[in-house]
Amino acid sequence: MTARAKDERAPELQGFREVQRLAYECAEAVAARLRPGVTEREAARMQRTWLRERGVRDWFHLPFAWFGDRTAFAGFRVPLQFFPTDRRLEPGMPFILDMAPVYKGFTADIGYSGCLGLNPLHDRLLADLEAHRGLILREVRERRPLREIYEDVDRLMTRQGYANRHRAYPFGVIAHKVDRVAERRWSPHVFGFGTQSLKGLLSDAVHGHRDGWSPLWSPYRFSDHPPQPGLWAVEPHLGFRGTGAKFEEILVVTDSRDPEQSAFWLDDDLPHVRRWAEEKVAA
Amino acid sequence: MNLPGARERRVATGGIDLCVVELGDATRPTIVLVHGYPDSKEVWTQVARQLAEQWHVVLYDVRGHGRSTAPVPLRGGFTLEKLTDDFLAVADAVSPDRPVHLVGHDWGSVQSWEFATVSRTEGRIASFTSMSGPSLDHFGHWIKQRMSRPTPRRVGQLLGQGAKSWYVYMLHTPVLPELAWRGPLGKRWPRILERLEKVPRGDYPTPSLPDDAAHGAWLYRDNVRSRLRRPRADAFAHVPVQLITPTGDIFLSEQLYDGLDSWVPQLTRRSLPAKHWVPRTRPDQLASWIDEFAAANESALEGGLPVQDTVPRGAYADRFGGQLVLVTGAAGGIGRATAFAFAEAGARVVAVDRDAEGASRTAELARLIGAPAAWAETVDVSDEQAMEKLAEKVAAEYGIVDVLVNNAGIGLSGSFLETTAEEWRSVLDVNLWGVIHGCRLFGKQMADRGQGGHIVNTASAAAYQPSRALPAYSTSKAAVLMLSECLRAELAEKSIGVSAICPGIVNTNITSTTRFAGTDAAEEQRLRKRTSTLYGKRNYPPEKVAEAILRAVVRNQAVVPVTPESHAVRFLSRLSPGVLRGIARLKPPL
Repeated sequence: MTARAKDERAPELQGFREVQRLAYECAEAVAARLRPGVTEREAARMQRTWLRERGVRDWFHLPFAWFGDRTAFAGFRVPLQFFPTDRRLEPGMPFILDMAPVYKGFTADIGYSGCLGLNPLHDRLLADLEAHRGLILREVRERRPLREIYEDVDRLMTRQGYANRHRAYPFGVIAHKVDRVAERRWSPHVFGFGTQSLKGLLSDAVHGHRDGWSPLWSPYRFSDHPPQPGLWAVEPHLGFRGTGAKFEEILVVTDSRDPEQSAFWLDDDLPHVRRWAEEKVAA
Repeated sequence: MNLPGARERRVATGGIDLCVVELGDATRPTIVLVHGYPDSKEVWTQVARQLAEQWHVVLYDVRGHGRSTAPVPLRGGFTLEKLTDDFLAVADAVSPDRPVHLVGHDWGSVQSWEFATVSRTEGRIASFTSMSGPSLDHFGHWIKQRMSRPTPRRVGQLLGQGAKSWYVYMLHTPVLPELAWRGPLGKRWPRILERLEKVPRGDYPTPSLPDDAAHGAWLYRDNVRSRLRRPRADAFAHVPVQLITPTGDIFLSEQLYDGLDSWVPQLTRRSLPAKHWVPRTRPDQLASWIDEFAAANESALEGGLPVQDTVPRGAYADRFGGQLVLVTGAAGGIGRATAFAFAEAGARVVAVDRDAEGASRTAELARLIGAPAAWAETVDVSDEQAMEKLAEKVAAEYGIVDVLVNNAGIGLSGSFLETTAEEWRSVLDVNLWGVIHGCRLFGKQMADRGQGGHIVNTASAAAYQPSRALPAYSTSKAAVLMLSECLRAELAEKSIGVSAICPGIVNTNITSTTRFAGTDAAEEQRLRKRTSTLYGKRNYPPEKVAEAILRAVVRNQAVVPVTPESHAVRFLSRLSPGVLRGIARLKPPL
């Protein structure tokens, strides 16, 4: 990330950065409060309450929580299975908290993977996610078609020995666009998604369709185009026999000719990035 | 007794003189091995020799057997109470201030159940490994439950076990058993065992067999009727128990242990595809399970912790725990999924592939999901010398392979006339010669060891589906199928099973490396992409093939079609091969 790119869109990016940090703070606070016996519903409610108390009024989507083999989306067939259940957390179990709050008109969409106690397999998955963060950034800067990048991520996961679990998301997306959201006094949500944000995504889809691009980054033909400038919430998700891990954060794509400025991660001071850096220092 | 370093001593108990033999370092924790009927302590020779490397191993002749003296009179001298006295006397003599790990086979296990469930032995036993011998009390309750609430299944179980227990009734007749054992039966017994049970000769049975068997009849007469009629209601085990069930036991049915969990709070189950005399026919496997179980309990004792569940959670963990499994082509697809499935079942895994990075990745993840150990080896299976070196290295460093999965294979598509000799050679080298090398080298090691094993060869639905698009590939796979069936016939007498797996269209990356004969690079790339997409759309996961492989080993299946299309083609190939020949003429939609 260069200073210029930051400055050009500084005020706006600052807003996104702020809400992304807030969301990760929430994830860390809730993760610290998770104990054996807590259910997914309770974990989701804890996230909602935490963010509400800090001024979040609208959502891109309501917070999710997945425990145990649900982190790998084992047996997921219908979208309803994404919603929190009464699954209880046990020692050694992996969990994922996923939330997308809207704060002061800016959206974030984050995914936080953790584990209750020791789980070497989960550590391995988390460590292996780093390669994906690098790969995605590199190939976006090369302006490769999104579908190709998707396939490369897929191949890397297979080589690592894992299954690609973002394929289980709606439309198999690995990422979707996020944007500013108009602040309304009344902002209802349907099926867990905020209507204001859905409206934005829908209008992107309509405009994009005319110009030959899509706000969804998927393995399908409609994603066969170079990265579109804007903010993308990217969420590579690894699954391995009942254990899953992902991160989700915002990638900024600009139309700059300078490769470094053409794409960069919104923030490099996030829990998973810090964790990788600490591991390197320890090694 | 043919054991170097064995120290013999006599232990006196209630007018009886027991012959006790010790092996290994006496300062280490003790394992006591108790023999069955009609055996003497020599039945344990091989197991004891292996355990003695790590443990203080103690064997003794049960009263009236081998070199121990017999009670006078015999009647009433073999009650479980008296046998418990004997055990306590031995335990006090060999390990006065430390509880012992107890192992029993057949009647040794029957009496050990008594030791493990009565209160006066509490604190003297650290763990108990039972094989082929139920507790008479549990057995009594088992019968009562089935008699009091008969359902067709329960009646079936009763009749089945009733038929298997024929010798128990025979032994209750007076005098006749003694006459038979001291006469013709005693003479022929070694031959009978060799033929029916494939028990290898050695120092067993000992010349004392006729006397042992005649005395041992009183084990049955003194205990069976009284215990089955009035089983103890409090026969709960006060130690962790490992139950090893030989699946081919002709005297005891597996259902006998169905409700055992209610009697044993900490139960570890193992199963072994073998007949009754496992201490003679499967000493390596027994020694490794006993060692693992006793060690887990020992460290729990020392750490003051509750004993952890020693068996992993995967499917068939009771069967594959601690076994050595070698998988070729383990860097991806079916091979990798198979290695993982075995790892989850607690097997030690050798992941072989010519892709070093992929193989080591498989080994690393296998360790993370439950394999006690996993290694990666980089070998091209078509390279005879490399395979020979691998076989030597595996045998020397990891041991004899229990399950071999010859899975490595490459794809080749294109018409016969366009396939070059070089392409033919490369396909046959990997797909057929790779399997031949694997079976030849590792199969020989298995056969030489003489303790059973299993070989799985990955063929393909193409093995019985002719096609104008895959002549070389189908030929190689058909050869693998036939090879497997021939080998199965040959190795049956060695208790080594051979299975051919015919997966069908499975979503692996074989398509991305498949050669397409008679095409240029660009066209080949297009075809690869196209087939990969087709295979991806079919989306049959390699994990399901891995499941089928484990099941095939457990059930010793000969030919296993996996996907529905593979089943359909196999069915048609037998019902109406002409239809398949018609399909073979169709041009593939590429």
